[in-house]
Amino acid sequence: MTQTKPTGAETQEPVTPRVPLVRALLRNPTMVTFAALLVIIAAFSVLAPDTFTQRSNFVQLAQNVAILTVVSVGTTFVVITAGVDLSIPSGIVLGEVFAVHALQLVGTGGGDTAADVAADQTKGWYVLVALAGALLAGLVIGTVNGVVVAYLKVPPLLATLGTLGAGLGAALILQDGVNTATYALDPVGHGEWIPGVPNLIPIALLVVAAGFVLLHMAVFGRHTFAIGSNPEAARRAGINVERHLLKVYLIGGTAAGFAGFLSLAYFSTTSIGGHSTDNLQAITAVALGGTSLFGGVGSIIGTLIGVWIPAVLKNGFVITGVQPYWQDVAVGLVLIVAVWIDQLRRRSRDRG
Amino acid sequence: MTPVMGAYGVVKTFGHVRALRHASFEAFPGEVTALVGDNGAGKSTLTKILSGVFAPDEGEVRIDGAPVRLADPHDAKRRGIETVYQDLALAPDLDAAANVFLGREVRRFGILHNHPEMRRRTATAFRELGVGLVQDMRAPVAAFSGGQKQSVAIARAAMWATKVILMDEPTAALGVIQTTKVLELVERIRDRGIAVVFISHNLPQVMQVADRIEVLRLGARVARFRRGEADVERLIAAISGAYANETGEGAR
Repeated sequence: MTQTKPTGAETQEPVTPRVPLVRALLRNPTMVTFAALLVIIAAFSVLAPDTFTQRSNFVQLAQNVAILTVVSVGTTFVVITAGVDLSIPSGIVLGEVFAVHALQLVGTGGGDTAADVAADQTKGWYVLVALAGALLAGLVIGTVNGVVVAYLKVPPLLATLGTLGAGLGAALILQDGVNTATYALDPVGHGEWIPGVPNLIPIALLVVAAGFVLLHMAVFGRHTFAIGSNPEAARRAGINVERHLLKVYLIGGTAAGFAGFLSLAYFSTTSIGGHSTDNLQAITAVALGGTSLFGGVGSIIGTLIGVWIPAVLKNGFVITGVQPYWQDVAVGLVLIVAVWIDQLRRRSRDRG
Repeated sequence: MTPVMGAYGVVKTFGHVRALRHASFEAFPGEVTALVGDNGAGKSTLTKILSGVFAPDEGEVRIDGAPVRLADPHDAKRRGIETVYQDLALAPDLDAAANVFLGREVRRFGILHNHPEMRRRTATAFRELGVGLVQDMRAPVAAFSGGQKQSVAIARAAMWATKVILMDEPTAALGVIQTTKVLELVERIRDRGIAVVFISHNLPQVMQVADRIEVLRLGARVARFRRGEADVERLIAAISGAYANETGEGAR
């Protein structure tokens, strides 16, 4: 073996030091989470090769996580501003309730309303009516959150805790405490625009794509990161921080309202007692995906991966006959480790 | 020569405190003008008036000899006046180019940002200014040393300023070598014809870098020196009130 001296190295410009591939990947929180997801999938593929790896199982999984994916995209924006949105369940439930109320306002003759139609008699514009209602609910919740957090300077944890309770209460009042069933949205919730792929999957993917463009490619996303990183710097750079925060909470609320629309379409009923832990699930997914709860750092792809880890764990435990409650334990531990790693990374980086 | 920026007979009162009583100040293109004075002399208030944070109660601010009313700091920026703040005002999680162009992004299709272009322009500007960060263009500025961060902040101001850069204690938190580099950067910016206003407590440093020195005491200008006219002792005398080469309120 001959050793060749690197000739002329002294005269060269300094270049970015090459780090080993594995270390470079470990520095990227999204890659760590992605590796964890692959390990989990590989483990269950070995343990239950016949059932877990079937295409139908993955399609089912994707459909199950679709609604959570939509709200988690919105939550990613909020968390990057160093905020939090606990009001997601009220956004979803109010979205469902506003949607059925909108359908009930639309008559079909004979005293029936659009909420009462059978799945095969619904019309495309009923879907739009319900969508408008659901989005309106999301906008209302998002506006309240945004105004209270950005302009009244109430800490987001408490502001959104308030709208969580208030929104759920308002939903119960509007429904007199009873759920409403509707089949008007069946074409969305149970159709397959792409054969073999339930509609919720492409819808969620579209939301992910839109979130990706807005966060990572648009000036809006750049300002979102800047505000989470140092709001004073953003303000001095001429960014209207309050108005931007309002928009971010509007995105969070609208995502929740849209998730309510999807939930109503999929379950064919409102669920005024449901979705109560969707906020925590979304925050878990966002944190697992490498988005820092201190703001300024995060990614949509990470969130997408973070949504899948708990879902795959639960699915795998069910298939392999482990008590599915272990999922909660496992996700809790993984979450703590993920945030701890984020802390370590942050400290070592700030030391510079 | 007309000062590129000046303040004339400026009064600013906060409640019962008269921070500035007929203070005047002038900065010329291609010169470093140091603004010195003891704590409470009114340096910060005057700087904030020049950068558009405060409006003067009396007196006027002129740019290129014409009286102006600066509505806010962004108005000042639009007129080519940039400020480097003591606490840097960088977003630590963003890279240098994102910080340099924050709020002034190069856009594509109206809403998307063109990061490669911003990175290219930043690298070019940094090279021209001799800020040696070009190989770190992808790193968040949190990974930089204090001197590097200050260099990014000053280079950002230099990239956007067409007339004046106001620097409030730009070397206060830096070590010896880092301070030297920042001062070199200040001189290069001056040599481009920008007026640099340099606020500092460090008198030897002021003597080294300033082409002119204006001394503020109790809210009014008490002395002006050209490079070489004053030594540290005379400066201290002026700052403490034992020496003055201007008389009367609102001297011009």
